[in-house]
Amino acid sequence: MKKLFALLTVAVIGLTAFKADNGGYKVGDVAADFKLKNVDGKMVSLANYKAAKGFIVVFTCNHCPYAKAYESRIMDLDKKYAAKGYPVIAISPNDPVSEPQDSFDNMKKRASEKGYTFPYTIDETQDVTREYGAKATPHVFVLQKTDKGNVVKYIGAIDDDTENSNPNHTRYVENAVDALLTGKSVATTSTKAIGCSIKWKKGA
Amino acid sequence: MKYRNFILLFLLSTIGLAAPAQTRTVTPITYQQLEKRISNKDTVYIVNFWATWCAPCVAELPNFEKLQQTYKGQPVKVLLLSMDFKSKLNEVKTFASKRKLISEVYLADKPSEQVFIDQVDKNWSGALPGTMIVNAQKGIRKFYEKEFTYDELNKLYQTNK
Repeated sequence: MKKLFALLTVAVIGLTAFKADNGGYKVGDVAADFKLKNVDGKMVSLANYKAAKGFIVVFTCNHCPYAKAYESRIMDLDKKYAAKGYPVIAISPNDPVSEPQDSFDNMKKRASEKGYTFPYTIDETQDVTREYGAKATPHVFVLQKTDKGNVVKYIGAIDDDTENSNPNHTRYVENAVDALLTGKSVATTSTKAIGCSIKWKKGA
Repeated sequence: MKYRNFILLFLLSTIGLAAPAQTRTVTPITYQQLEKRISNKDTVYIVNFWATWCAPCVAELPNFEKLQQTYKGQPVKVLLLSMDFKSKLNEVKTFASKRKLISEVYLADKPSEQVFIDQVDKNWSGALPGTMIVNAQKGIRKFYEKEFTYDELNKLYQTNK
């Protein structure tokens, strides 16, 4: 009996380890909803968006030069697609102790200075970041609302030109959302998220 | 007198010219140009992908410099390929000059980041630092998404040269 218990314990530990190390979502997975604090103090969940057809979930932050380079393009995505049913939901994944520029107060400042039209939430426990498998800032997950839940349709970069220097660059997120809006399948479903690594809590 | 002044002025201007020449050259490089640069069959190439803003990269740069210095008599070339933004050419030059880098320094010229990273290695996530070793004569081309200590780097060279 004792042996069985030990075996069970090992099995449970094994499972937990596996879950923590699942590498995040893949295209086709159903993404879990979350409840994260927005810069306006209110909690944000995907379920709050009754009329949405889907979401452009962007892991981004204040400090990272890549995130800064993409900031206006993230704002443009919301302006272009929120009305069409795909609002931007921004999540700051970083531990503010490791990166003080990404503190909640600094996030509030940034959002109001720039006039973000979308929620800019903080993942204080970093659980959502882990669950989604965000690796960098910025890292985008395009979700489509279905009967099964919010299905991941695209994971990766916003486009292939952080510096915005090539006018013919490929707009991965726009292409994905445009395809979903016209009932087509997404041609490029995943790309590499190039940016700054996530600043994880030390000793977590 | 006038002539003498002219010579003096000329000398001064050469000095003036000589000073910026000490600034380290940093050459923008496309993937195609990189391929060409590392195509010599007589040489082992170690290409380190780094950036001025990447702390672990900056921390391991001396290991690459030490390798280049240690084996300067051997056919091994260390190329330090910065993945900084193309608009940061001057910052990379300043960095390379301040650190007095002896290895060749390049700045990635990438019309598409995704294509550039995939061309270097399909399995590279794009995270820095990354290091590639190429020995065309032996058909070796390996890429590592990790940091290297000097001993690890030396071992990498010794086992692939």
